[in-house]
Amino acid sequence: MSEETRKLTGFTRREVLASGAAAGAMAAGLSIAPGIARAAPKKGGTLRLGIGHGSTTDTHDPATWTDLYMQVVGNASYNYLTEVSNSGELVPELAQSWDVSPDAKVWTFKLRKGVEFHNGKTLDSGDVIASINHHLGEDSKSAAKAILDPIAEVKADGKDTVVFTMKTGNADFPFILSDYHIGIMPAKDGKLIDPMSGVGCGGYTIENFEPGVRTTLKRNPNYWKTDRAHFDSAEVLSITDVTARTNALTTGEVDAMDKVDLKTAHLLARSKKVRLEEVSGTQHFTFAMRTDTAPFDNNHVRLALKYALDREALVKTILLGHGVVGNDHPIGRSNQYHADDLPQHAYDPDKAKFHLKKAGLSSLKVDLSAADAAFAGAVDAAVLYKEHAAKAGIDINVVREPNDGYWSNVWLKKPFCAVYWGGRPTEDWMFSTAYAEGVPWNDTFWKHDRFNELLVAARGELDSSKRRGMYFEMQKIVNEEGGVIIPMFANYVMGLSNKVAHDKMGANWAMDGFRAIERWWFA
Amino acid sequence: MAKILKMVTQRLALGLLTLFVVSMIIFLGVELLPGDFAQEILGQSATPETVAAFRRELGLDLPWYTRYLDWLGGVMQGDFGKSLASRRDVSELIGTRLLNTLFLAAVAAVISVPIALALGVLAALYRNTIFDRTINVFTLTSISFPDFFVAYILILFLSVKVNIFPSISNVSSDLGFWEHVYRVILPALTLTLVIVAHMMRMTRASIINLLASPYIEMAMLKGISRSRIVTHHALPNALAPIINVIVINLAFLVVGVVVVEVVFVYPGLGQLLVDSVSKRDIPVVQASCLIFAATFILLNLTADVLSILTNPRLLHPK
Repeated sequence: MSEETRKLTGFTRREVLASGAAAGAMAAGLSIAPGIARAAPKKGGTLRLGIGHGSTTDTHDPATWTDLYMQVVGNASYNYLTEVSNSGELVPELAQSWDVSPDAKVWTFKLRKGVEFHNGKTLDSGDVIASINHHLGEDSKSAAKAILDPIAEVKADGKDTVVFTMKTGNADFPFILSDYHIGIMPAKDGKLIDPMSGVGCGGYTIENFEPGVRTTLKRNPNYWKTDRAHFDSAEVLSITDVTARTNALTTGEVDAMDKVDLKTAHLLARSKKVRLEEVSGTQHFTFAMRTDTAPFDNNHVRLALKYALDREALVKTILLGHGVVGNDHPIGRSNQYHADDLPQHAYDPDKAKFHLKKAGLSSLKVDLSAADAAFAGAVDAAVLYKEHAAKAGIDINVVREPNDGYWSNVWLKKPFCAVYWGGRPTEDWMFSTAYAEGVPWNDTFWKHDRFNELLVAARGELDSSKRRGMYFEMQKIVNEEGGVIIPMFANYVMGLSNKVAHDKMGANWAMDGFRAIERWWFA
Repeated sequence: MAKILKMVTQRLALGLLTLFVVSMIIFLGVELLPGDFAQEILGQSATPETVAAFRRELGLDLPWYTRYLDWLGGVMQGDFGKSLASRRDVSELIGTRLLNTLFLAAVAAVISVPIALALGVLAALYRNTIFDRTINVFTLTSISFPDFFVAYILILFLSVKVNIFPSISNVSSDLGFWEHVYRVILPALTLTLVIVAHMMRMTRASIINLLASPYIEMAMLKGISRSRIVTHHALPNALAPIINVIVINLAFLVVGVVVVEVVFVYPGLGQLLVDSVSKRDIPVVQASCLIFAATFILLNLTADVLSILTNPRLLHPK
């Protein structure tokens, strides 16, 4: 990828790193966070991870992955066309470089040569096309179907080139190819050989897979990256009980864990053998109002509810300080076009009352559905919200829903409910996933003409400063007129043994952007 | 003896009928739960289209009775079907989990049953002494705590403070026998603490009950020592109720230990069942439930047979 292309398409994440010392030294390619001095990684050892997800129903097929367990395992066994690096920049992985037509409609990807799958097959364009088609088509059950939907056609141009033609211009398309669902798998005659086998071209081969219990991985001796995959082997344990996970870490049964129990995090930090690490990314918690249902169809009611919530208190009580307040739009501070100058919605019962009056109401009574399946502490957050809102004359009735089946029975069904979002690396991806008109996960059932117009325009715009203007305006629209209340962005808090060393940790997802096994090493 | 054989055959036939009814109830129960497999697997990322495609692929769009009859037909031929999620044979999926569960139950039983019996006999022997009171208080305390709490206490002292046992039971099939035992010691001890009280109290109570009967009084008048009276005269006659309690506890060790499995991250059958229910993976749910039901049926049958064998009056009825 030439410097020229990167500038043109606005891939670099300089703005994001403006606060960090590394900003000036950013380079393309695989060099990891240049500018930060570190000892050379050591080879060897077995990394053992304790992950708070995982189920007996897990499979290697990336189309159905939903939680961290398979995401971490999958990022060790599969490679992707592109990768979001630990500094938030998009870097090439199996794609060596790419180019785009001036209307951002035709994307040409040059594949890396001589990369081998675990089964010995050499990577070519047929594998990539079959891996993409795996998520498309009538019979697809893939969670990535929606994000790959903008593709009109994908075809090979020789063995090492793949050309994607978009339905409309899409400036962020290479980012989408880094999505964890779109692992590249070997194909034969245009069909994937076996999506359940776990054969990819990642740094580790699957040695043993017991769904819901453990996965053992062995270093791929033919791995093409020379500065990654330092461990000889890795073991990923599914430990869903947080106390068991914490015990396993403190007694040295595992070397790292995700999702530290925030209530006891300060006690864990006291241990001499263990350290806490947290990154602030795009993960956020929301209360979604269905804007097609009364009373939420009135924007004054929505504004009243937005002003009736003490966000600081929620960050302090629910996240115990491990997060930042949200401003009722889903773009995180680590996103490229985050609107820093947008006025922050604050707790203001008088303003809430004012908007109620504007809506022609003297008081308001609403049901808020919550369950801890939405996010840890969702029910407590809802109860706190009820207390805050009472001062503004709003009576929130907290309905505790069962965790079981929350996503099929409550989310997208109840008019007002708590929701979890992992966030997305680009503005377009986030907005088109959950805010564009008519998309399946638009959980606020929100329609806004200007917003939808801007969304399409910004998607096809290659000029970075023009895009910035458009995304700023969109954030303002969601903030002022959207159906979503976003009280907080939560950090990913992880516990690591002091034996484990790593570079700057990726903030796009938990466990170093899912890449812990490939990126870390033993000190 | 012929009478016992007849009873066993009758009970086994009844057991089969019970299993059939159980399988139907389970199937209907899972069917009544909101959401189906496709929705649960795709979770938050489900769209109507992908859910429909998933259902088509797995045949979930067929009516429930068709699917139940399909499944039943397979079971009649010894085929428990394939897991909806991994498309692996249910028997393969359950095999190792069942062995793990039975292993843990066996270790816990080997520790707890002798302890419970010995403590029960001793408590009866030294009734109302400090010794009797102490073990009563201790065992009743440990049974009164929830099992996860007992587990955490053991982890705190034996794993975190003094690191002699692992805090999670990370077992795999390539471990040696003793290594396997070592890794399940903490869950086995937890279960021991949870079930000893029940068996010990029953032993004590049945023996004390008998100590008031005339033949014991006779033995005492003959001048036999107290310990000989208890072990030789009272215990054999108290065996029937004790066996029943022990067997109920053994059944609990197999089917009721999911909380302990979760705390120690032990890959047993309970965890598999919970996972499968929450994802609505019906073939796995069915097979696990049938195993649990069969465990109860077989163990109860064993208890009855043993009670008859230890009681001459039942063994040789007039």
